[in-house]
This record gives sequence, structure tokens and C-alpha cells, in this order.
Amino acid sequence: MTALVQEPTLVMRLRALGRRVLLSEYLILYLCIALFAVLYLMVPRIASPYNIGSLLSNMWPLLVVAIGQTFVLIIAGIDLSQGAVISLTSVIGAAFIAQSANPIIFEKSPLWGVLLFENGAVLHDSVLGIPVAIGAMLVVGLLIGAFNGAAVAFARIPPFMVTLVTSMFFAALAIMLAKSENIIDLPDAFAAIGDEFGIGDEFAFFSVAMVMAVTLGVIAHLVLGRTMFGRWLYGIGNNPRAAVVSGVPVRRVIVLTYMFSGFCAAMASIIYTSRVDQGRPTLGEPFLLDIIAAVVIGGTSLAGGRGKIMWTFFGVIFLTLLGNALSMLNVPFFYVAIVKGSVILFAALIDVARRRILLQSA
Amino acid sequence: MTDTILRFEDVQKAFFGVTVLEGITFDVERGSVVGLVGENGAGKSTLMNILGGVVPLDAGQMLLDGAVHAPRDPKDADRAGIAFIHQELNLFTNLTIAENFFISDFPRRGGLPFLDRGQIRTRAQQFLAMVDLDVSPDVRVERLTPGERQLVEVAKALSVDARILIFDEPTTSLTARETERLFEIIDRLHQAGKTIIYISHILRDVMRLADSIAVLRDGALVVHGPRAEFTIHSMIAAMVGRDIEQLYPDRTSAPGAEVALEVRQLSKSGICHLIDMTLHKGEVLGIFGLMGSGRSELAQIIFGLDDFDEGEILVDGQPVKELSPTRNIRAGMAFVTENRREEGLMMQATVSDNLALAALPAFSTRFVRRVRSSTLATAVRETVDVLSIKVNDAFRSEAKGLSGGNQQKVVLGKWLMTKPSILIIDEPTRGVDVGAKFEIYEIIDRIAAGGTAVLFISSELEELLGLCDRILVMGQGEVLGSFDRAQFDQEVILRAAFREHAA
Repeated sequence: MTALVQEPTLVMRLRALGRRVLLSEYLILYLCIALFAVLYLMVPRIASPYNIGSLLSNMWPLLVVAIGQTFVLIIAGIDLSQGAVISLTSVIGAAFIAQSANPIIFEKSPLWGVLLFENGAVLHDSVLGIPVAIGAMLVVGLLIGAFNGAAVAFARIPPFMVTLVTSMFFAALAIMLAKSENIIDLPDAFAAIGDEFGIGDEFAFFSVAMVMAVTLGVIAHLVLGRTMFGRWLYGIGNNPRAAVVSGVPVRRVIVLTYMFSGFCAAMASIIYTSRVDQGRPTLGEPFLLDIIAAVVIGGTSLAGGRGKIMWTFFGVIFLTLLGNALSMLNVPFFYVAIVKGSVILFAALIDVARRRILLQSA
Repeated sequence: MTDTILRFEDVQKAFFGVTVLEGITFDVERGSVVGLVGENGAGKSTLMNILGGVVPLDAGQMLLDGAVHAPRDPKDADRAGIAFIHQELNLFTNLTIAENFFISDFPRRGGLPFLDRGQIRTRAQQFLAMVDLDVSPDVRVERLTPGERQLVEVAKALSVDARILIFDEPTTSLTARETERLFEIIDRLHQAGKTIIYISHILRDVMRLADSIAVLRDGALVVHGPRAEFTIHSMIAAMVGRDIEQLYPDRTSAPGAEVALEVRQLSKSGICHLIDMTLHKGEVLGIFGLMGSGRSELAQIIFGLDDFDEGEILVDGQPVKELSPTRNIRAGMAFVTENRREEGLMMQATVSDNLALAALPAFSTRFVRRVRSSTLATAVRETVDVLSIKVNDAFRSEAKGLSGGNQQKVVLGKWLMTKPSILIIDEPTRGVDVGAKFEIYEIIDRIAAGGTAVLFISSELEELLGLCDRILVMGQGEVLGSFDRAQFDQEVILRAAFREHAA
């Protein structure tokens, strides 16, 4: 008989370590740190307070919207309409509070005479302007989410189809409402949402956006991990039929999940709109793939049943860091897309490798 | 001197140490129709799966026309001329009839990778003519009725010029007319000299078709002889004649007098008709029925997974207004479905998550619905203990890694955690080994002893006889009889199920 127990060799130990790292929940965070270290050697500027501030301010809105996407992916859905929700709510929000509106541009807009007037938007000089605008944006996000959810849960249309259609529809609506123009001249108080402030001028890391993102993140984390609703989400993603049989009100939960996704997109739109300081009808367009990429890089499964807010947070850091680095290295935009694509592919490969290892060890 | 086409010689098979076939020996005469009967689990399907190359045999051999027949896979058996017409049809419903015929070997043009559509068409039409099916070969299978699909299956078998055709419960999804049509075709194949093995629970049909009848029981051949030697009565006697050992635990309680569930005149078109049923607290009420008798469908309706046309369902004397699993669970119902993989478990989730799923409302706070995780964990541990679920770590091990018996216990445990007053269980011992079966029976007895009303649906009559206080027999969506424990008689109940009324 051959000896089955051997002294662990260095190779075996390294392999075991590799497995542990690969299976770790914090893998993406480790990769972020490694990436940051490498980038620091190449462009030390990346660690400057200014750049850190800009990194963070890019991160918060992406995190907000990605949290919504995480919920949807956990129930084995997908929400492609988030980009369109960002665009549409940006236009709608701005149409409540713009300080002026150029009649030459907006005269033919359906909003003209309803929300937009020659001397500014309907609530441009009201104290209630900003709260109402924000409220309207969130309500629109919730409504679009409710439509998505109802179409998935009751009409049983595949989520990919439903949200692709709503994405096209509402992206077009945003452009139609704004006549392809940006609604500019928003009040300073609104623009302040995305602004950083800090202790002195040096470390301007804090912002309303950060408070929004962190609050939402903590709540979402607690909902997923600690509440019945969270357990239901994983249950539905894992086996919807078993969830129905076990008394989970599956359809209601699906609708609520898509509503939450729309809500998150609208909340991100508040931050983005504030940062660009205008209602932009194409605001969300470039973000859709970043959103899904960030969530998936984090480790949330497209097949449903698996996902965490912490993972999404890591994915968002990673993607933002990557984008920031590429722009600091002055990489042309087409290479940026190629690099991002490669990274997403890499993330997918890691996910497959993880599953294989888990299957073998099971 | 008979002409033997197929000979089974001491064929043996065991799955995971459980003997399924213990030395089957018999001859099949060329050109005859052999009826193969036996209870579920008697080994009919296993024997045919061995013949059809689906599973290999452990010991013994098969001789086909005098030569050893040892198919490595179903394709091998195909080539040897054995066509298996399965219970659950093996057609691609999204393809046309013709495409289904030639799926493994499309006629091509010359050596080129292009399909010869003309040839596909003509040959497909020939095959369809053989089974009197007057539809175009270009019709998609999804548009055919179950009966037509069955005929397409038969035509497909004929297309490979099979020597032996095996029919495994071919009529379960057919109407009476479709069945008659199938029988005419079987008669014709018989006259044309084909050898046919016909498996069915419907003994009348076996009597009508077969030249000889073979009865299996517990993996052994009880008797094989010409049809003239059998009556339906003697077939049933041969199927069930077993010495009862301690296969079932003694019942530790008697049913109470209070009614837990009442079903009044429940009807749903095509599923069930005027069902009446009363289930008492602490009672184990069995529902026995063959495949397609409507027993599982009835359970789905009672639990609120399906709607009904007319009638009434009363829980604790209160009529149930709007049916939904969520409401019914709140009212104290629980349902162990017959498909634990599809409807019972979250395979990729941990045992603990599975156990918790249905009971979450009871383990969460009001309003915020925060799950009281430590209370829940205690309850999970207790359930794992009480049901002796064998799992490394209930909080980390996934359900899919468990054995069938332990998976079933997880499903039972999930419902026990909701402390149900009415428990519906559908085929709880399917795919479960003998040891775990006994444990599951014990659990059922214990649940009933605690005052829960149990509705126990099964196609295995023996387990119902062993455990129930009362048995209802269902067939074609109707209640065909009700038997109290004192009246339990295997033959009488089987006859009721087969609609052969006792004299």
C-alpha cells in the first residue's frame, strides 16, 4: 500500500493558499489593493488627495445604482432599464428646478408650459423646488420599476426582454421631453449634492452623495442578510417554484425588487445630475454596462440566488479604480473599452474557476 | 418446440446495495405479446432498462436470438433491434415529426452536409402510414395530442425496424379512443410478427393484449405463463402476495374526532369530479391512486397551487375563500410535494436555509421583519436532531449533496418548523432507500400523534396499508372507494383502483 499521507510540499502549500485566496469573499478587494499598488508605482498621482476625492465621487452613484441591480440579479432577473431611468429622471428633475429655460430650444418640448416656462421651471424659486424634484425623480424610478416587475411577475415576460424594451422606451422619452438638449442652470443647492467637502481643503472626501450611498448600502446589506425579505430574494433566485410552494409571495417580491432597482437608479440620477449640473437626456446611457459589470465582478451570480452588497461594493471600487487609472494613463477611449471588456471576461473566468473548485471539494 | 427470441438468464441488479432484481429468468417467444405486471418498485422498469441498454446488469445474461445481448448504451440496444417506447415521451416537441424520426441520422445529399428534404419527407410519411397517423410530417410535435405523440413514438420505433418493441405504461396520458387506436396498432404489429413487451398497471389492457403474462414482485419473477392461466384476480394476488414483516412502525395514536379539513363536491374540469373528503385531527388519511388518477392534482388544488371550478374547501370549519399557498400556510397547512428537486428544495442553498424558508414569518419580528437568527438557528438544530438528518454542517452544507432520504427529511423538516395542523404529503418515499423509508414513516406517525391531520398520497398501496387510518381510492379524478383500517384488504383496494368491483 502506498502512503496516502505525505508531508505537504511547498507547491502544495502554495496551491492551498491559492485556493483560499480564490475562494475568499474578499478576492476582489485584494485585487483592488494589488491594482492600486501597481498603479501607484506607475502613476504616484493616483494617491493624491485630489484624485482620491474624484475616485470616491465617481464611486458613490455607481454604488447606489449597482445595489439595485444586485437585488435584481439575486432573484435571477436583470434590469437593463436602469440607464434609461437615470436619463429620464435627470430630465424630469431638472424640469422642476431649472432657473431658466431657453424658449428657442424647449418651446416644442411637451414639458413647455407644463413644467418649463420662459422665466424658469415651475418650482425654480420655491423652497420646495428641490425636495419636489427629488421626490418626482424617485417616484418615476419606482413607477418604471413597478412596470418592469409587473411585466416579469404577472405577464411572465423574460426580464431581459421587459427591461430592454423599457430601456429603449424611456431613453427615447427622455430625449423627446428634452428635445435632445440639456436642461441647464440648476440651482446651486442642488449642485451641492455631489460636491465634496472636507476638513480644510486637503481631504475633501465627504459629500451628500456619500451619505446617500453609505446609508443605502447599509440598509440594503441589512435587508439582504437579516430580514425575511432578504431570505425570500435568495429563495426566489434559487428555486422560484419551491419558493411559491413554501408560501413566499413570489410575485409581490419580484415587483418590489424591480421597484427598488428603479428607485436606486433614480437616486443615482440625483447624484449624477447634480454633478453634471444639468438635466441630461443621455445621462445614464454610458453607465449600464458599468453597473452590471461592477455587480458581476463582485461575484453576484447572473443565474440568481447568490450575491452580496459587500461584493458589489468591491466590484464598484475595482471598476472605478480601473477607469480612473486608464484615464490617468491617458489611454484612448477605445482602449478603455477593450481593457474593461477584458477585465469583465477575467471576472467571469474567476467565477467559473471558483465554482469548479467548490464542486470538487463538495 | 417454441421459437425463443429473447431469454433472460438469472438477471440481477442492485442499486447502491439495494437489490432490485434478484435473478430473473424467462423466455420471450418470437412474435408474441408479453404482458409484464407488478407493483411500483417490483423491478419491471429496471428489467426493461437493462434490456434497452439504459443500465447494465450486475450478473446473469440476456440472449437475443441465441447471441449474448449486452448493450452498452441505448443506441447499442437500438442497433440490436430493441425499441423502447417510454412512459414519459422522448420527443423533441419543438421539432417536426420528420425531424424527430431522423434526429440521430438525417438523410443527406450525397456526402454533403445538406439535408435531403425530399427523402426525409417521403420516408417520414411511410412511417406515419404504418401507425395510421394522418398528419403532415412537417407538423411540430408540440401541436399533437398525447395520443398522437405516442403514435409518433411507435412510428419512430418502427422506423428503425425493431425486432422487439417495449411499451412502458403507454396509455397513462391517453384518452379511451386514443388507447383503442394504439391497441389496434399493437394488434397489427403482433400479426406482422413483431415481438412486444407490454408493461402496464391496467390489468384489463394486459388481458386484452397479451399472449403470456409475467408477474414480478420485489425483484423476482413470481409466475410466467399463458394468458389463459390468469384472471385479473389471480394477477393481483400474484403481485401483492408478500409476507408482511415489520416494514412499518406501529401507530402510536388514534385519530381524533375534530375535523381539520373538509372538501365538499370539489370539481375541476379534466382533473377531478365531485370529490368529498373529511380529514380529522391526528388522522392519517391515505389517498391511493394510479398515475393519472388525479391524486397529486387534488393535493395541489387543496394547497392553493391550482384553482378549481366548483365545490368548497373548509379548514377548521371555515371555508377557504381565496386559495394561495401563502394563506394556506398561515392557516396551518403544509405540503410535501412529489417532486422534491423541482418544488421542494433549493438545491444550491444550505440545509438550514431550506429548513427555514417556510417558517420565516414565524421567526421574524413585526414590521421590519428582521429574522431572529439565533432562535431560528436553535430551531434548525432541533429539527436536524429530531429528524436525524445526516449532514455535516446544516449551516454550510448544500441540500444537493444529501442522499434522497435526507433530502426528503429536509423537506419534511421545513414543514415541521411551521408547526402545521394539516400536512399533505405526496409520494414521500419515492427514490428513498428502505432504511430512510422506515424513518419517514415514523416521522409521519409522530406528527399524527401530535394532533396534526395527515393526508398521505401514494401510489404504493403497501405503505398506505401500513400507516393509514383510512384510505380513499382515486381514479380518473373521482373517489372510487373509502376503506377503514378494519376493512383493509390489498386485493379489494387494488380492484377498486382498477375499477374491478368486488363480487
